[in-house]
Amino acid sequence: MSATVDNGVNVDALLEARGVLEGAPEAAQFTWRASSKWQNGVHSTTTVQNYFGLGEEQNHKAERDFEADHPETFAAPDEGITPIEYLLVGLASCLTAGVASVAQNRGIQLRSVESTVEGHHDIRGILGVDSDVRNGFNDIKVTFTIDADASKEDIEALVAQSQKRSAVFDALSNPTEVSVEVA
Amino acid sequence: MVLERGQVANSWRHERWDSLRLLTPNWQCRLPGADYEGPDPDGYMTAAEVVEVIERFAAPALARVRTGTNVTSVRRTDDGYRVITSRGEIRCRAVVLASGACNRPTMPGFADAVPPSVEQLTPFSYRDPSRLPDGGVLVVGASATGVQLAAEVRRSGRPVIMSVGEHVRLPRTYRGRDVLWWMNASGVWDQRYDELDDLTRARRLPSPQLVGTSERATLDLNALSAMGVELVGRWAAVRDGRALFSGGLRNVCSLADLKMNRLLGVFDEWAAADESGAREEFDSPDRPERLAPTQVRGSPRLQIDLSSGEIRSIVWATGFRPDYRWLEVPVLDAKGLLRHDGGVVVDSPGLYALGLPVLRRRKSTFILGIEDDAREVIEHLARFLAAGSRASIEPSAAAISATSA
Repeated sequence: MSATVDNGVNVDALLEARGVLEGAPEAAQFTWRASSKWQNGVHSTTTVQNYFGLGEEQNHKAERDFEADHPETFAAPDEGITPIEYLLVGLASCLTAGVASVAQNRGIQLRSVESTVEGHHDIRGILGVDSDVRNGFNDIKVTFTIDADASKEDIEALVAQSQKRSAVFDALSNPTEVSVEVA
Repeated sequence: MVLERGQVANSWRHERWDSLRLLTPNWQCRLPGADYEGPDPDGYMTAAEVVEVIERFAAPALARVRTGTNVTSVRRTDDGYRVITSRGEIRCRAVVLASGACNRPTMPGFADAVPPSVEQLTPFSYRDPSRLPDGGVLVVGASATGVQLAAEVRRSGRPVIMSVGEHVRLPRTYRGRDVLWWMNASGVWDQRYDELDDLTRARRLPSPQLVGTSERATLDLNALSAMGVELVGRWAAVRDGRALFSGGLRNVCSLADLKMNRLLGVFDEWAAADESGAREEFDSPDRPERLAPTQVRGSPRLQIDLSSGEIRSIVWATGFRPDYRWLEVPVLDAKGLLRHDGGVVVDSPGLYALGLPVLRRRKSTFILGIEDDAREVIEHLARFLAAGSRASIEPSAAAISATSA
C-alpha cells in the first residue's frame, strides 16, 4: 500500500478486526435495528439509534430519523422518500463505501466517486392489477463514475470487489428469510 | 510403506465419470523419473490412461504398497502413531496423509429440501448423460466439473440450466500454447504458499473452467451459452419447493473476466521480459489478445419451480472435501480442513500431508507438482526421523494414499 494514498478509510483497523473475528465468530454477530412509527396516511418516521455487536449493546453517536411517504403521483403529501427508494439509498451507499475501502486497501487514490442507481419497478404488482407482476424491483442498474489514479481495469476491479463484499448487494440479490409478527 | 484402501490409482478407477480427461496436457503428466513418452504430448489423458501412468510409476515400489488396506483410525502414541487398518494394526513414527482433498462431494444443506421427484447426482454418482432421466437438468457449479458435465449433458439433447457462482475462467489455449503451459513456464505455478497474499483464498479457489479435448476448445460460459445452456446465478435457497438464485450473476462473471485478464497480463509481461522483446522459450507470432467479456443475456431467471417437472435431475458440481473421519488427531480447523504449514502438521510432530491445494506451491495438486512438494516434505520427515533415532520401530513411515493427483 502506498503511504500517500488517503481515502479516509482506516483499513488497518478493518484488517485487524478481521484478524480478531476470525478466531471469535460470536463477536461478529451483529443485530441492526430500526423502530418505526406511523404518522398519518402513508407517512411514517423510522428511527435508528442502537444496535448490538462485538458482544454488547452499541449506540450511534446520534439518533437519526428517516421520513418515508409517497409522492404526489400516489396521491400522498410527499413528506419523505418512498420506502423502496431507501433500498436504493442503502445500495448506493454500501457500494460506495466498498469502493473506498477496497481502493484504500489496494493503494488507489480516489478523487471522486459518483453513482446513479435506478430501480425498475412495475407498480401493477403493488396495486394488485396483475398477480403475475412482482411487488419489488424487476431489476436495479447502478452506474459508477470514478476518477482515480488507476487504470480502467483496476477501477472495474474495485467496483466488482465492492459488490462481492457488499451487505446490501447481497441482501437485495439473494433471498432472505423475513418473518413479521404482531407483538 | 504405502497404504491404499483399494487398488493403485483407486479414485481414478472408481470415482470419476466416464468421459473425464485430464485438464493437463500429456507432456505435463510427469512423475519423478517418468516423463511422458507417448505419441501425443499435447493431448489429454483419459482416466484409464492416468491409471496406467500411476500403475507404471508405482510398479518398482509395489512391494511397499499395501492395496486393499483401508485405514480406519490414526492415533498418536508416545513415540509415534498407531494406524488401524482393515488388515491389522501398524505402529510407525511418521505418517504422510496423501489421501487428497476430493474424497467426498459437497452440496449445500438445502439439497434436502429438493422435492423427491427430482433425482440428485454428484460427480461420484454421475457416469454419463444416458443414465439421467429425460428432461431438464440443473447443473450446480461452474468449475471444471460443472462446465464439463453441463456441456456433455447438453449434447445429449437435454435442456440444461447451470447455476453459476464465483468461478475461474481460462481459455484453453493462449497465444498458441496451452494455458497450462503458460502457468508452468511463466512461474505462476511455482509461486510458493508462504509468498501468496491470501493463502486461504488460493487454497479455496475452484478448479478452472477447462476441458481436455482433441480440439483444444475453450469451455467457458460463453461457449456453454452458445450451446444453449441457460445460465442462472448462484443457487441460494429452496423456498416452497422453488429454487431461488442470486441476482448477482453479472458480477461473478465480471470478477472472473477481470481475474483472467490480469493473469493473461502476467503471461504477456513474462513473454516480453527479455531485452530482445521476447523470450527464447516463447517464440510465437501471436500477439497478446483478450477474450470477449462473458455475456449474460437478458434477465437471468431468479427462481425455478422444482415441482413443475421442468427440472428432472440435479447434478451437484459444488466441490469436494477431504474425509478425515479416521484421523483421530486434533489437527483439523473449524471447517474440517487440515492445519498444516506446507505439508508439515506442526501441531503433531511426525504427521505430514501431500497433494492438498497449494500445499507448497500453486501447482501442488497437479501431477507434475508433486515432485517438488514431496522432496521438501520428505526432507523434513527424514530430519524428524534422524533427530529422534532411538530404538526404531518398523516401519518408520506410512503413507496413506488415495492416489490423488
